[in-house]
Amino acid sequence: MSKTITLSKGLNIRLKGDAEKTLREFTALHFAVKPTDFIGVFPRMLVKEGDIVKAGTPLFIDKHRENICFPSPVSGTVSEIKRGDKRVLLEVRIEPDGKNEQERFGTADPASLTKAEITEKLLKSGLWSLIRQRPYGIIANPDQTPKAIHISAFDTAPLAPDYDFIVKGKGELFQTGLDALAKLTDNKVHLNIGNNTSAKEFLNSRNVDITTFKGPHPAGNVGIQIHHIDPINKGDIVWFAGVQDVITIGNLFKQGVYNSEIILALVGSEVVKTGYYKTRRGACIGKLIEGNIKEGNVRYITGNVLTGTQIRPDSFTGYYDSAVTVIPEGNYHEFLGWALPGLDKLSFSRSFPSWLMPGKKYTVDTNLHGGERAFVMTGQFEKVLPMDIYPLQLLKAILVEDIDLMENLGIYEVEPEDFALCEFIDTSKTEIQTILRKGLETMRKEMS
Amino acid sequence: MKALRKQLDKIKPQFQKGGKFEKLHSSFDAFETFLFVPDRTTSHGSHIRDSIDMKRTMSVVVIAMIPALLFGIWNVGHQHFLSHNEIADFWAKVLYGSFKVLPIIIVSYVTGLGIEFIFAQVRHHEVNEGFLVSGMLIPLVVPPDIPLWMVAVATAFAVIIGKEVFGGTGMNILNPALTARAFLFFAYPAQISGDKVWIAEKADAFSGATPLAEAAAGVGSGTVNFSHSFSDMFFGFIPGSIGETSTLAILIGAVILAVTGIGSLRIMVSVVLGGLFMGGLLNLLSVNAFMDVPFYYHLVMGGFAFGAVFMATDPVTASQTAKGKIIYGFLIGLMTVLIRVLNPAYPEGMMLAILLLNVFAPLIDHYVVESNIKKRLKRALKPVKA
Repeated sequence: MSKTITLSKGLNIRLKGDAEKTLREFTALHFAVKPTDFIGVFPRMLVKEGDIVKAGTPLFIDKHRENICFPSPVSGTVSEIKRGDKRVLLEVRIEPDGKNEQERFGTADPASLTKAEITEKLLKSGLWSLIRQRPYGIIANPDQTPKAIHISAFDTAPLAPDYDFIVKGKGELFQTGLDALAKLTDNKVHLNIGNNTSAKEFLNSRNVDITTFKGPHPAGNVGIQIHHIDPINKGDIVWFAGVQDVITIGNLFKQGVYNSEIILALVGSEVVKTGYYKTRRGACIGKLIEGNIKEGNVRYITGNVLTGTQIRPDSFTGYYDSAVTVIPEGNYHEFLGWALPGLDKLSFSRSFPSWLMPGKKYTVDTNLHGGERAFVMTGQFEKVLPMDIYPLQLLKAILVEDIDLMENLGIYEVEPEDFALCEFIDTSKTEIQTILRKGLETMRKEMS
Repeated sequence: MKALRKQLDKIKPQFQKGGKFEKLHSSFDAFETFLFVPDRTTSHGSHIRDSIDMKRTMSVVVIAMIPALLFGIWNVGHQHFLSHNEIADFWAKVLYGSFKVLPIIIVSYVTGLGIEFIFAQVRHHEVNEGFLVSGMLIPLVVPPDIPLWMVAVATAFAVIIGKEVFGGTGMNILNPALTARAFLFFAYPAQISGDKVWIAEKADAFSGATPLAEAAAGVGSGTVNFSHSFSDMFFGFIPGSIGETSTLAILIGAVILAVTGIGSLRIMVSVVLGGLFMGGLLNLLSVNAFMDVPFYYHLVMGGFAFGAVFMATDPVTASQTAKGKIIYGFLIGLMTVLIRVLNPAYPEGMMLAILLLNVFAPLIDHYVVESNIKKRLKRALKPVKA
């Protein structure tokens, strides 16, 4: 009997452009691994331009933790190593050769392996990078044992992909991945499902503790779930992984290779035909969006509109992302926009009539809708953050860099994504996620 | 609108860095963003943002004050003609009231916004919208016969000492509008208290005492003689500050604030409960005639309703935590009635109670947040369940 946790705080942002439930395939011309996807990773290259690599060949390692490497998603040639300002490594691009040659890591049944053997296999294949930890959102430390491992099997973010659809037919791989993860902790692996989750691949999972969550976004965020199941105290380490990450890990044990295949949702109001696409991690979105985007100035985002990263139309999806969102840019002036009734404007506050039409879906652009101000309103963030945390006080503690206070107010329990809705509704247009990341980085440096 | 936009774009470079009027950048920006929502897009974090901004928020509060303002304008005329024993029609009263009230509003806005613009210029930041609300609040809490120069001085004091010295909107400790009111009260007591000031150009023979003054007078004489009924006080047909008399009009504003979620209903309700609690307690003690005034009268007398809805709910100076808001509101209501009844020097307790609790709000929050911290520490020390 699984237990159900009901959350009342939060907000479902209703946007146009949900993914149609059709699965297509697209072949990307390039793939890339972006070191910027990994918090705190300082890359040291193992390959150079022109090298031939297989799927699973390590491309670079983390200078600070040399046992953590990052594998190539396909076989082919390293076509470009792109650097930015101050020679920061931005992208390692691979041009696929179509042969799909794979490094062999050997098959094994996780049930018969020890923790050390599983860790070893994950590190060698580079798939350790799929396991992340809280606090700080960095890649997990293989020398530690976490208090628990959490997997969120549903996403409540705007236009988020439906994992019930993605996991279809992959129950065995998912289970193998769960079995491997279960060996890494002395405690439990938690599989957190939504009250609408119906895929038997999730419901029939073994070797895990299933908890059902009911409520609006951010109920699907793993951080919110951890907070309600077994919150992170000072010194606690909790690991988490995404559904597709678990499937990839399952593949490693079942087939002995790094199979970088994932399903990507193409969503957003500016997409002509939305849907799900079979591709690989780090795919160039050029072919995906070709002829499928409406006219006009648009923004391409890997991930969702609240937490995703803006990318160019010829750039690559993020390592951990399962969606590409396309929305209109908002770089226009609006005459007296703050004073007009605004029938088609989305707002959490009830100062726009949109709250009278609870079912309506909106096209929302990237306009800031106002100027930045000091914090004035209070009691707003609390309405969209289902945690026993004082968000405004925590943000102010970060701004004044009071480390003790940040710790006392629960910074270990949160990630920027949990505060994304606070940022969305903020009247003062503060960059809350940026502030929170800064606070977490301060803590990480202080504690290491 | 395109022509206007074009014109703005044409003159904009002159106000930017290196332009002829670089120093007036903040002023240009204020006018530009007033006319057009800026074209700035999100660059970090969430790619989409809520349509609400500070301008919208503040305009909702101003809209919520309009019923009280309109009633106030009429009532200023009504009370004037009443004191002269003249019969006047509706429009005559409104016209008379407008002549009295509109200049006060204009003086308040011109003085306050002028100072805000200067400070924004000097500090190189955008002009804040906070004064849109304060500029309307100040006229509504002063007597109709107040000299305009006093409005200007009080407004300047409130904006500079009450707000800008702390760093501007969002940083102030005391409610600016109440700071203006308190300044007037302590600097010019003769002009803002007593029985003369509450009716514009009152006829000398007419008493013109506010219900609060009548109640306070009851302490000496042994009985309280109200010249107005409870329903008169509720609807607002009484002398008093311009915007405070009609509890009904203020309630309309309260509904607007509560429904939009911009004013804290939590604070409003707890102020009322605090007032009723203290009023009831004094009824039980019943030592003098004022204590015998039925406890619910406090809600419709003086500035209680206006303070509860528009002053106590100022998010910057109120408590910021949900629990803190309840304590803060309750204590405001309680202190108001306490000051009214037990302090014969000044019958209006709302202003002092709110200012007092403004000062204590951070302390209340401190203890609320501290309890959250203690809870977290306790959780960390608890042994892990098997």
